[in-house]
Amino acid sequence: MLQIKDLHVSIDNRQILKGVNLEVNAGEVHAIMGPNGTGKSTLANVIAGKAGYEVEGEIIFRGKNLLEMPVEDRACAGIFLGFQYPVEIPGVSIMNFLKTAVNEQRKYRGEEPISAGAFLKLVDEKKRVVEIPSDLMKRSVNEGFSGGEKKRNEIFQMAILEPMLAILDETDSGLDIDALRVVAIGVSRLKKPENATVVITHYQRLLDFIVPDFVHILFDGRIVKSGDKHLAMELEKQGYDWVKREFA
Amino acid sequence: MNKSEIYPVFAQLTKAAEKQNAGLDLWDGRDNAFHSFLSDGFPHSKMEKWRNTDLSTFLSKEYSYVENTDPVSDVDINQVFHCEIHNFETSLFTLLNGAYVYNTSPLTILGNGVIAGSLRNVWSEYPELVNRYLGQLTENNLNGLVSLNSALGTAGFFIFVPDNVVVEKPVQLVNLVNTEVNPFLQIRNLIVLGKNSKLTFVQCDDSVNDKNSFLNVANEFHIAEGAALEHYKLQNKDDSAVMVNTSFFGLQRNARLLTNTITFNGGTTRNESVVNLDGEGAEANILGLYLVDRKQHVDNQVVVRHNAPHCNSNELFKGIVDDDASVAFNGHIIVLPGAQKTNAFQSNKNILLTDTAKVSTKPFLEIYADDVKCSHGATIGQLDENALFYLKQRGLCDSNARMLLMYAFAEEVIREISIESLHERTADMVSRRLNGELSICDQCVLHCSYEKPMEFEIDITKI
Repeated sequence: MLQIKDLHVSIDNRQILKGVNLEVNAGEVHAIMGPNGTGKSTLANVIAGKAGYEVEGEIIFRGKNLLEMPVEDRACAGIFLGFQYPVEIPGVSIMNFLKTAVNEQRKYRGEEPISAGAFLKLVDEKKRVVEIPSDLMKRSVNEGFSGGEKKRNEIFQMAILEPMLAILDETDSGLDIDALRVVAIGVSRLKKPENATVVITHYQRLLDFIVPDFVHILFDGRIVKSGDKHLAMELEKQGYDWVKREFA
Repeated sequence: MNKSEIYPVFAQLTKAAEKQNAGLDLWDGRDNAFHSFLSDGFPHSKMEKWRNTDLSTFLSKEYSYVENTDPVSDVDINQVFHCEIHNFETSLFTLLNGAYVYNTSPLTILGNGVIAGSLRNVWSEYPELVNRYLGQLTENNLNGLVSLNSALGTAGFFIFVPDNVVVEKPVQLVNLVNTEVNPFLQIRNLIVLGKNSKLTFVQCDDSVNDKNSFLNVANEFHIAEGAALEHYKLQNKDDSAVMVNTSFFGLQRNARLLTNTITFNGGTTRNESVVNLDGEGAEANILGLYLVDRKQHVDNQVVVRHNAPHCNSNELFKGIVDDDASVAFNGHIIVLPGAQKTNAFQSNKNILLTDTAKVSTKPFLEIYADDVKCSHGATIGQLDENALFYLKQRGLCDSNARMLLMYAFAEEVIREISIESLHERTADMVSRRLNGELSICDQCVLHCSYEKPMEFEIDITKI
């Protein structure tokens, strides 16, 4: 589904990613772990198409060269980024925001706009999956939301948009254990054989709920080690110091 | 020799003043006011508060000075104007080219003692009432244009709300310009709220055609102890219109004011609000929103005087500036000695959409008391790139994402409109304006009879 080949990324002449290779297939869950400042969020942003980076290398998504596509086209093609810091949009309710997003994506795929009834049904169904309270739905997008509510809203949006590839950037940061559980259960319930998930996290605790098929350690702009869920456990036990010693 | 003499309209003004002295019997002080005008002249860009708005180009044009007209009744206002805010029930009053338009009588006197109608007619029937208030707040005629208005303005709207009367239905005053000449107009409005009374007053400034016009409007709002005024000003003038609008607010003890000026369109619009907090515990919320493009210019000036202790003032002005448009904001807060426990806040935020759009913003705080909380802030920026990325990442195309962010920016001001139907319509107008659909809505600010399908997917009215 996603092939990243020799990806080099710099910002203001500072190299952040120095040759990342990664392959994600349908049905897989990948975890990308690593200490702060090693380029995890940069990787997520570059896949999603955020401007301001100098990018070399190749990102192929379902046969398309992603680097030539604008952000919205990548989104419509099925890439979803769960933001570490979701943006507040005062005056625009989640319902209207999401309906716009759904219809833009449908338009991209050449489909008719969703009917009001079908949209309400979809919302109702997904609301239960991610256990999002109804009163949150009526509020403006992320405005005055707690950290937990913002992240829950990200997962809810993901549920509605049903992406092929979901990248969750530090979705666990700032969450207490209950919020973390709700978010993680939501993600697990949304998992399907035809889609894939990339979880970016600093800690192992999220991976207790979302069990990864592959764990990669990103350090100093490269994936220095890959393994299965046991690698995450090892990191939890020993911290990142050994990574720094071994790969610095 | 006054520099104003060089302007073509000047001769017409002096002629009007002479004629007035010879006959027209109206309120006191008019002659003095004309002398103030003669010595001050028109405001010019060397004056600190007029640095950003140069009237000389406009004053050099040919205008026909509109002699203050008597109220008219032979006009079917529905022929030229129809307000179509759904479920917006107001008591509607209209000024057409400065003349008060009426059906049965130029004065309406209600059972509860409310008097509303033509200022000129109120003066002839209740001169003591008008003379008690008129000109009391204009600070010795603040500038040449206010002097000119005091001197020659004979037409306009008047409303008096007696003590303890709550006017449930909003009062709407439509100030319409629709004439084949290029009018130079003076309009004077006087609004008086008695103790513990309540009024919602909606002022709409519109033009129906696009003749060059120069409007000089002065409003006085007397808000007595415990009274509450909610004031909305919606401006949708054509690109050839020049409007100088000066509003004076006087607040007595525990009085409340909310004034919200929304400028959708206009050639050159200057709004100056002078707010005097004269009694302890008074509170003023002063808001504004301006959406400016092409070569338009909007200048908002606010002066808030804390003359008494324990008063609160809060200013919020936001604007989006596109193309070659320019805007100015000047927020002047004065806290007099003895006005302790003052809270005075001010914020002006601007989004510039192009390299050629211009914003000048200036906070100016003069504080002569030592136990006060005052703050000010001004920002000029572009749309937040992170927010754009967020929206586009959900699949929104660039233009929709930008529009949504502009709407969200403006919403902070729109949300303060407490009349639901007006709030909805304003929100809709803003989204249409941002969508480039509405440069000048064909008639009223809120006239939206033709519903073009919006490209924007979000139905703002249902948010």
